[in-house]
Amino acid sequence: MKKSRDDYLTLFFISIIGFYILISLAFPMYAILSKSFENKDGEFIGLENYQSYFENSSLVYSIYNSLFVSIVTMVITISLAFVFAYALTKSRMAGKGVFRSIAMIPILVPSLLSGISLIYLFGKQGIFRELLMGYEIYGPIGIIIAEVFYTFPHALLIIVTALSIGDARLYEAAKVLRSKSIRTFFTVTLPSAKYGVISAAFVVFTLVITDFGIPKVIGGNYNVLAVDVYKQVIGQQNFEMGAVVSMVLVFPALIAFAVDRIVQRKQVAILTSRSVVHEPNESKTFDRIMFGYCSLISALILTILGMCLYASLVTFWPYNLTLSLKNYQFDLMDGGGWDSYYNSIRMASYTAVFGTIAVFAGAYFVEKARSLKTGRSILHLLSMMPMAIPGLVLGLAYIFFFNHPDNPLNFLYGTMAILVICTITHFYTVSHLTALTSLKQIDNEFEHVSSSLKQPFYKTFFRVTVPISLPAIFEIGIYFFVNAMTTVSAVVFLYSSKTTLASVAVLNMDDAGDIAPAAAMGMMIFYTNAAVRIVYVLITKKILVRFQNWRVKTT
Amino acid sequence: MAKIKNLFLIFTVFIFSSASLMAKTELTVYTAVEAEDLKKYAATFNEDHPDIEINWVRDSTGIITAKLLAEKDNPQADIIWGLAGTSAMLMKSEGMFEPYAPKGLDQLDPKFRDSANPPSWTGMDAWVAAVCVNTIEAEKYGLPMPGSWEDLTNSVYEGHVAMPNPNSSGTGFLDVSSWLQIFGEDGGWDYMDRLHKNISHYTHSGSKPCKQAASGEVPIGVSFAFRGARSKEAGAPIEIIVPAEGVGWEMEATAIIKGTSNLEAAKTLADWSISRKAMEMYNDAYAVVGMPGVAKPVKHFPEGLLEAMIKNDFEYAAKNRKDILAEWQRRYDSKSEPKS
Repeated sequence: MKKSRDDYLTLFFISIIGFYILISLAFPMYAILSKSFENKDGEFIGLENYQSYFENSSLVYSIYNSLFVSIVTMVITISLAFVFAYALTKSRMAGKGVFRSIAMIPILVPSLLSGISLIYLFGKQGIFRELLMGYEIYGPIGIIIAEVFYTFPHALLIIVTALSIGDARLYEAAKVLRSKSIRTFFTVTLPSAKYGVISAAFVVFTLVITDFGIPKVIGGNYNVLAVDVYKQVIGQQNFEMGAVVSMVLVFPALIAFAVDRIVQRKQVAILTSRSVVHEPNESKTFDRIMFGYCSLISALILTILGMCLYASLVTFWPYNLTLSLKNYQFDLMDGGGWDSYYNSIRMASYTAVFGTIAVFAGAYFVEKARSLKTGRSILHLLSMMPMAIPGLVLGLAYIFFFNHPDNPLNFLYGTMAILVICTITHFYTVSHLTALTSLKQIDNEFEHVSSSLKQPFYKTFFRVTVPISLPAIFEIGIYFFVNAMTTVSAVVFLYSSKTTLASVAVLNMDDAGDIAPAAAMGMMIFYTNAAVRIVYVLITKKILVRFQNWRVKTT
Repeated sequence: MAKIKNLFLIFTVFIFSSASLMAKTELTVYTAVEAEDLKKYAATFNEDHPDIEINWVRDSTGIITAKLLAEKDNPQADIIWGLAGTSAMLMKSEGMFEPYAPKGLDQLDPKFRDSANPPSWTGMDAWVAAVCVNTIEAEKYGLPMPGSWEDLTNSVYEGHVAMPNPNSSGTGFLDVSSWLQIFGEDGGWDYMDRLHKNISHYTHSGSKPCKQAASGEVPIGVSFAFRGARSKEAGAPIEIIVPAEGVGWEMEATAIIKGTSNLEAAKTLADWSISRKAMEMYNDAYAVVGMPGVAKPVKHFPEGLLEAMIKNDFEYAAKNRKDILAEWQRRYDSKSEPKS
């Protein structure tokens, strides 16, 4: 068959996006892997670094610590989130929308803000210190509480989705067979949500084991892998050992990723075209219990956020509790001052715009292109890879790859561009999946028709695909923006004196002992993300009305 | 098609534009000066030299030192301004500096310059170790006011003392090197073994122990006098203690990095860094500055601090820096393992 212009164009764009992922992910990962086998002078020394790593007992102990906090957090978060999700999907309690919004708050703040809040709540001068009954908040207890806060919304989103696809016909059958509600829960609800729960568990596990902001702030002397990477690289500039610890960190993350992928594949099969959406029955007692539970969880989330807000406004904790804006004078602190806040906004905006373009175009070619089957599956595979790589490891890999004197892309080092590239890549996969899901809903007939009408594909793309997918496109944009504002791990090795960022400033101010200003900067990130989210909701409502009219049946 | 082309054009322009904005001469300055003073330093310098823009890279002493050493073959800094003298000596021995005699060198106290001619580095001021004690917290836990380093090893202070990790903090290193000089090598390590039992945690930065003492997170913080004075000024209920055995101190230095592409601007800054105006600026926070006769007493500084400064052997500290730090890490960094 003769290749058409469309085919060449498709090949061209697939190559560009594939090449982008190669440069921003595969090559740097190769660089960090080979670095872990080299000595300071760049000579290959085999497994020597790994040997000295495993001989250092305090470093190896971190593996155990990391696994411990990750698994405990996983169990707690999944239990709490499951009941919350159950309340949102299977009850008829009031205030579901409010509960849902409150539960999403942790996504809008940098992970380490919860650690800072815990210092104010349970530290030596904390207001609820007695509740700990003499235990120290600095250490595993603090890490786990803060990580639960941070991972809760991530787990909730996945479990809510899993629970909402429960097939109503099964519930009907259970009812007809006079099954008790407990029995129905274990034989119908749980099995249908099983894969969602497993998937959420692995997401939480990966988030915790790769997070370093929280253990850095509240871990005290309790070392974990992610902090070790940071200490080796920033504290001792021992890049080779940093590379080794990174590889150790990638390992559990990769396993979690693989399991999650397998599970996700099975999940799809449950939903068939004949499934009927289950509507919960009314049960006053059950609804009240659920309402009480959700109120409690929401109150806890709001307490953690509220504490930070209060702490950021107190003049000198705990001896001078008059309120002032003194802690917002960032120019007198570490971390780059107000400039870092504006840099963050710029960085997040670029990431949102370019990330969305790259991701949506990439997903479009994977899903809708009419040729190049192999190329498309390779592109899809490449698009899934970033999820398996912890941000900290990606950032370190960028140093090795982009700062290499022989790399023609060397000039990117230390610029805003490298921060944008790293952040886009770090959050690529989830956006890619969002885009794919949205594109799958659009019938391929559009492409077939336009093809037979001899229309170039980009006409269909701009006239049909993009307008229909606008809600998803905005969702992806906002996802990039919010995450670019809050991420620390992906950028902590890459910022320069001219591109300091707000999230990193939170970390650095805490490091220097300026914890109240750190809380203040964290709150600035929260205000910004919350404002952007609200504006987004208002705008999409308007756009939805205009572009989504076709969804409403006109009879 | 045009649309797509445009998109990519915009993409390329946006991505690369941030890399290529150049205006007046920019100097990349590596420093460990307290963050709150950086704007003031740059602004005061710019009063005399508005054509030179300073880009600060600031972190704790150990971090900046490690960063400079790591970048040795591909230096990113033009000049250091405000880095520990022992770090400067170490870097000099690695041949990383461009020797230069700044204008007004003869005005400096001879202690505050590299003895070679022309010198590789010049001193600015000195910062002095001190112990911050939170009086409210000390009362709460029934802790007596410590009067000496030895006092701090008393078991009543167990879990109540924070000190900086010398691997990252210059203050931490000057503490350790001063103990090794005060108590002798064996006595010093023995002292730290006993002190270690009382330490609640080691911090990344040298100011943090005092800031934590100021906010009551820990009753006692081993830190430096200027940090204590600032916290006291801010209203913290702290006393600044000068231990009886004497206190370690360290000077801050300026030095031009060899191979800088902005040599002229770097020289201008080096000249200015030892000018009278600069010395008066340092004196806002530092009781001891490099030019004799300039220093006025600093508010909230404890009495007898200057007299308590030990006769510091910087050559010893600089030469053994690496070994001391390695030994320290071997002995104490294992606080990372959970206490059983």
